[in-house]
Amino acid sequence: MQPLFEFLLRQGDNALVLGHRTSEWCGLAPALEEDIALTNTALDLIGQTQLWLGYAAEVEDTGRSANDLAYLRDAYDFRNLLMLEVPNEDFGRTLMRQFLFDAFQVPWLTALQTSADPRVAEIAAKSLKEATYHLDRSAETVVALGDGTADSNARMQAALDYLWPYSGELFADDETDSAMADGSIAPLPSSLRPAWATTVEDTAKAACLKLPESDFAHSGGRTGARHTEHLGHMLAVMQVLQRSYPGAVW
Amino acid sequence: MYAQMVKSTGKGLVAREDMSFEDRAFQDRIDAGEKIEPKDYMPDGYRRNLIRQIGQHAHSEIVGQLPEGNWITRAPTLERKANLLAKVQDEAGHGLYLYCAAETLGVSRDEMTEMLLDGRMKYSSIFNYPTLTWADMGAVGWLVDGAAIMNQVPLQRTSYGPYARAMVRICKEESFHQRQGFHIMMAMVNGTADQKRMAQDALNRFWYPALMMFGPSDKDSVHSAQSMAWRIKMNTNDELRQKFVDETVPQAEYLGLTIPDDDLQWNEDTGHYDFTEPDWAEFFEVISGNGPCNVDRLNARQKAWDDGAWVREAMVAHAEKKAARKQAAE
Amino acid sequence: MSSKEWPLWEVFIRGQHGMSHRHVGSLHAVDAEHAIKNARDVYTRRNEGVSIWVVEAADIAASSPSEKGPMYDPARDKVYRHPTFYDIPDDAGKM
Repeated sequence: MQPLFEFLLRQGDNALVLGHRTSEWCGLAPALEEDIALTNTALDLIGQTQLWLGYAAEVEDTGRSANDLAYLRDAYDFRNLLMLEVPNEDFGRTLMRQFLFDAFQVPWLTALQTSADPRVAEIAAKSLKEATYHLDRSAETVVALGDGTADSNARMQAALDYLWPYSGELFADDETDSAMADGSIAPLPSSLRPAWATTVEDTAKAACLKLPESDFAHSGGRTGARHTEHLGHMLAVMQVLQRSYPGAVW
Repeated sequence: MYAQMVKSTGKGLVAREDMSFEDRAFQDRIDAGEKIEPKDYMPDGYRRNLIRQIGQHAHSEIVGQLPEGNWITRAPTLERKANLLAKVQDEAGHGLYLYCAAETLGVSRDEMTEMLLDGRMKYSSIFNYPTLTWADMGAVGWLVDGAAIMNQVPLQRTSYGPYARAMVRICKEESFHQRQGFHIMMAMVNGTADQKRMAQDALNRFWYPALMMFGPSDKDSVHSAQSMAWRIKMNTNDELRQKFVDETVPQAEYLGLTIPDDDLQWNEDTGHYDFTEPDWAEFFEVISGNGPCNVDRLNARQKAWDDGAWVREAMVAHAEKKAARKQAAE
Repeated sequence: MSSKEWPLWEVFIRGQHGMSHRHVGSLHAVDAEHAIKNARDVYTRRNEGVSIWVVEAADIAASSPSEKGPMYDPARDKVYRHPTFYDIPDDAGKM
């Protein structure tokens, strides 16, 4: 697989999988205002999916579309972070995950704005505005829920503890990343770790949460080597119509 | 409609000579087309009727998120997924605007939510029907939103200012909903044999429930006269139902779908379609809790409300701590 | 389980074209920052605005409807405040 295509799938699949998980909240959030806000996030992410996977499809150049990539690949061809495919569980874990991801996306997309690939730079510039607002909102919510009540603090700590081993995958550089860095298309993800860590530490402190000490990191999502069991179930739902009625136009 | 069978709190239309001095002056303002605002004098019955009607309308938007929300995770393309999400999100927004309008009458949103959950307040019968295939997303947008728009457009001129203003905003936003549904139907009828079958099946299942949305026939509707005098109901149930049938039949023909009514035919004399009334016995069963999805819908709302309680509480607790810290620092 | 309800806020939005902030509706939020974010998410989804004001509904002072006559009727006959009151011949040029 060519590195640029692989790289674009990673961007697109992150947006697709998190957008899908976020969309599961529609109609069920703790308050109407939060429901509407979460759906805005989901819509931003689906929009980003269309851009990244659309470009991926062009780069691949085998006649597949963004929709084909989203709806007709199986789990081992997905390249999203494991953290994004685990179930929402509750509002606390959903927002904690959003925050951990946003805290990476903002510096990441900021860097991609100066990519040597103008299409990457263009998509990053548009997505960055969305990610900046997402981070603002998710960080504030994490702080509110961490600081709020004893019960909410315990829930947020549990969410952080659960997600923490998945966060290291954000920075696990591999050959695709090296190829992107060599071509000045993207920085090495590991280079963003300090910026991410500062945001996460500051927010955790304001939220009265303890960062877990373990630096163990699950991996296998962004390489496709080993996803969680959850992704298959998500895809079974998401892809059901495209799989059940091959060739139909919707 | 979204507010069907709103039980009036009075005993029907009050005659002018039986009105108090204030009530007569109030009725004169309404007859002159003036808007009633939250702090203005209003008869108790007007206030209570409006709370029920706007509350029921708001609940319908919120419960109405569920049957369509049922397909968000299974939408067949990224475009359809975004369209459907935006539409269901609008319903949350419309519920929000309507709750706020009702709140100007002295009832809180949480109180109304509790009344929905414990059964004291109702929502539209239509949302107690299941959405079984993707074509239902088309049928709901086309028929259910189509029927809703028919009722909501005149309500922009309703006598209560906050309600009228909410309706203006809702109508503006809602204009894409019906088109979104029809667009799905067009893709289905132009698609494979399976898709055409799904489209016809969806129309078969949603036609009569859509007709029921307008509420029972005027001759059986005891609450209409007072509501119309107060201009919180602008047209009779039968008028709106007829208008809906007249507009929808040609659209079904355009789609090449068959309305499930053997007696449906154009009547030259009246200039309208003759059609079969829905099964009102079924309607009353659904309204009283025996529709296919009533229990599931309320359970889903109850679960969302309970699951969200810790979040709502924690947000308040944090805001209070933040305010106290700020004050301490000053 | 009836915990404290989020207070009600009124939302004002200034659109793209330099008009004043206009009241667009209400929402619930725990404090002003939260209200501004909620207003962004609820009331600017269709690109309606570039600036948001929020004010807690309980903090609004409003005129009383019972004083409507004395408050507003006296302005009715002051027609000389409107340009059309003054009859200027067309020959005088554009004014």
